Amino acid sequence: MVLVLAIGDLHIPHRAPDLPAKFKQMLVPGKIQHILCVGNLCIEDVHDYLKSLCPDLHFARGEYDEDARYPERKTHDWSIQAWALPWPSVPWSDLDSLAMFQRQLDVDILVTGHTSQFKAYKHEGGVVINPGSATGAHSSITYDANPRFVLLDIDDLRVWVYIYELIDGQVKVDKIATTLPAH
Amino acid sequence: MVPDAAAADEEKCLADGMGRLQHNAFYMHRALDSNNLKDALRYAGQMLSELRTSSLSPHKYYELYMRAFDELRKVEMFFVEETRRGSYSVTDLYELVQHAANILPRLYLLCTVGSVYIKSKEAPTKDVLKDLVEMCRGIQHPVRGLFLRSYLSQISRDKLPDIGSEFEGGANTDNDAIEFVLQNFTEMNKLWVRMQYQGPTGEKAKRGKERSELRDLVGKNLHVLSQLEGVDLDMYKETVLPRILEQVVNCKDELAQHYLMDCIIQVFPDEYHLQTLETLLSAFPQLQPTVDIKMVLSLLMDRLSNYAVSSTEVLPEFLQAEAFAKLNSAVGEVIEAQVDMPISGVITLYVSLLTFTLRIHPDRLDYTDQILGACVQRLSGKTKLEDSKATKQIIALLSAPLEKYKDISTALNLPNYPRVMDHLDNATNKVMSAIIIQNIMKNNTCISTADKVDTLFELIKGLVKETDEAQDDELDEEDFKEEQNSVARLIHMLRTDDAEEMFKIICTVRKHILLGGPKRLAFTVPPLVFSALKLLRHLRNQDGDVNGQEVSVTQKKIFQLLHQTIEALSSVPSPELALRLYLQCAEAANDCGLEPVSYEFLTQAFILYEEEMADSKVQVTAIHLIIGTLQRMNVFGIENRDTLTHKATGYSAKLLKKPDQCRAVYACSHLFWVNEQDGVKDGERVLLCLKRALRIANAAQQMNATRGSSGHVTLFIEMLNKYLYFLEKGNPQITSSAIHDLIDHIRTEIQSDNTTSDPSDNAFFSSTMRYIEFHKQKGGSISESYEQIKV
Repeated sequence: MVLVLAIGDLHIPHRAPDLPAKFKQMLVPGKIQHILCVGNLCIEDVHDYLKSLCPDLHFARGEYDEDARYPERKTHDWSIQAWALPWPSVPWSDLDSLAMFQRQLDVDILVTGHTSQFKAYKHEGGVVINPGSATGAHSSITYDANPRFVLLDIDDLRVWVYIYELIDGQVKVDKIATTLPAH
Repeated sequence: MVPDAAAADEEKCLADGMGRLQHNAFYMHRALDSNNLKDALRYAGQMLSELRTSSLSPHKYYELYMRAFDELRKVEMFFVEETRRGSYSVTDLYELVQHAANILPRLYLLCTVGSVYIKSKEAPTKDVLKDLVEMCRGIQHPVRGLFLRSYLSQISRDKLPDIGSEFEGGANTDNDAIEFVLQNFTEMNKLWVRMQYQGPTGEKAKRGKERSELRDLVGKNLHVLSQLEGVDLDMYKETVLPRILEQVVNCKDELAQHYLMDCIIQVFPDEYHLQTLETLLSAFPQLQPTVDIKMVLSLLMDRLSNYAVSSTEVLPEFLQAEAFAKLNSAVGEVIEAQVDMPISGVITLYVSLLTFTLRIHPDRLDYTDQILGACVQRLSGKTKLEDSKATKQIIALLSAPLEKYKDISTALNLPNYPRVMDHLDNATNKVMSAIIIQNIMKNNTCISTADKVDTLFELIKGLVKETDEAQDDELDEEDFKEEQNSVARLIHMLRTDDAEEMFKIICTVRKHILLGGPKRLAFTVPPLVFSALKLLRHLRNQDGDVNGQEVSVTQKKIFQLLHQTIEALSSVPSPELALRLYLQCAEAANDCGLEPVSYEFLTQAFILYEEEMADSKVQVTAIHLIIGTLQRMNVFGIENRDTLTHKATGYSAKLLKKPDQCRAVYACSHLFWVNEQDGVKDGERVLLCLKRALRIANAAQQMNATRGSSGHVTLFIEMLNKYLYFLEKGNPQITSSAIHDLIDHIRTEIQSDNTTSDPSDNAFFSSTMRYIEFHKQKGGSISESYEQIKV
């Protein structure tokens, strides 16, 4: 059982002062094996904080991230791919456009960012996830300002996707279960 | 060498003394065992003579004393037994011991017998004690006298005629025990003070040290007093405290006064102090000017503060006792009296007073303000503080109200708070500003009026304003970043739901951050921009109930402000950030339906692209952001839209590397096809773009062939996917033959480059072909289009 945290679009300090306190309470070091961060943190402070939660941090750079060292996309085992920039998936919130990416990268799970618009759905045997914004930051693409992050529980080919959302001060959890096709 | 020699001498002296003492003790015990009282007393006298020495320091004398003390205990036991047995009467003993040759041994023995006398109850305790305490006057030598009286105190401890003790006299004897202890105390203090004037003037420091070693002997008496049952609040108020204070003031000795005031405060209950506050405080100005009163006063205030916190029932007492008023004026008087007190001392006093006030009267903001005002007065006329002790104290002073009130607005309301901050030098201001910001973030406080925001920014000007170059350069880059990021986070805490007020807040913040200079703008401008964008969205949501005209005017004002603010980034310079912000604003204007404003922002973005972005990687990211933004916009009329899309496609084709060009151009194809109901659906222009992209892909391939390398099949597969995309969306211009050609081309490429083909390309192609199959099988409207493709 492997726990993977998918999180992104925090936009600290440009659009939000900090992670919500309730999330900070839940995200305790030592429980998560890997973190996939889809960018737009934006400052090193936040990067260090995530690193303290779990040393295995995979970071893909968003357009507001300061640190230019990081790549704009990253692949990982089990065919999960973290991916931050919108291009070339114009139009930005278009699912079919994203699908091309899934085919190109030949991944089972595609994690993307930039739009701050939460999405989690099954597509052609795989899963596409956009964990939304962990701080509920303002976005021109979506009006939905609830802070969110996603936790993936991967057990061989079975994947549970847990979605944690902060609504009116309470954390609500939702779940999607799927089985990946064997290769 | 001389001190060492002296120390060695002293050691020898002590050893000798101890030796003789033990020698005599041995014989004394032998005499006691054989009931030879006369001899025993003789040896006892000799033994005690060792204590007559003048050549030991107090520290060493103490060792000798302890030995003698132990021996005397055994003597006392002997006396007790014998008197019980009836061999001697106590009064006889009392007479006998007075035959000892020298006064010091005589008095020690007398005290010992006195103890027995009291236990026998043959005489009233108070009489015996009175006798003893007076007789001890015979020893006027400070060290010897102190130890003798200490002995008296020790043996009488459990026999005092206190209320409820077995040794209590008849009625009206409350005062007996108190009298005795007070008298002993007074005499001991006098001896102690006299030590200061003994010996050559050159050894003053040594004497001071020696006196310190003995101070607990004197202080013990106060401790005993505090333990007496008879000393209740009234007794303390009427008798005990005035007598002690009288001695303290009259002895006019700095060391004694400091120690004893300290002792009084620590030994007696806080409750008593509260009720006798005025008396206690009135003693302070009467003390020697060299006494460190501020420490004592601080101690008192701290103890009272802790007492207040210990239980809620206690608080009304404080109000009754008017503690604040008394302490406040006491502090003032002390500062007036001690003209030379360093500023750090003054502030320490005020810090203690403030802590006290915050605990006892948390709702009396006027008291807090008063204290701050007093500080301002003391600080004015002096240059900016640089003494590190003083600055630490000032930071403590300013932090205390923040911690207590939690909501910074309360502190902001105190008129004297900013005035104190004015007196800080830049470095301290920064430290204090960081504390203020931390407080706001920790307590999640929202500052919700423009006035308060203004005051706040004035307070933290050390972080916000640009000062002289030299200081800024010195600052570590990491620290600077952290500083500015905290200011950035702060900006998000400045908000309110009232749109008008929010606009004022944004203007105020802008005013302040523009004074920050180029180094700070990159950090502070983005949060301000996003705050303004949030406000715009808020206004739009309100659109229904508010007068439409008004809203649109405010929106335009906000956009103006945004434009000017982002322009300021050109001084940094920060073109990439500015481009992104312009694009955000363009989208916001689009959502508000303001076509010219949106156009203006996009123009600015394009200008930045043209003039400021030379790096090809930067260009690629930028053009994709522009395309992505433009694609979502629906506010433009045909002409404007054409100009913008033309520009976008043009720049796409001019990117440096062919693959980048190809990708950018096919991204542009989406500019002409918007999936919404009323969206543009210009099939022909889409196809034009795709064809152009294809040409570029071919050119790229040829370039590669000349180099002998393969690759760029990826581009064709991507193009295939794009064709499929538009086919699905129903673009009539996409023909199945075009798709065929593309598929064939890709197949040829893959097969010819067999040795060097990239496995990921193969995988991509296979999954695309699978996708086509999938849709063919699926059925439905899309399936028809797919039908025609021959795989």
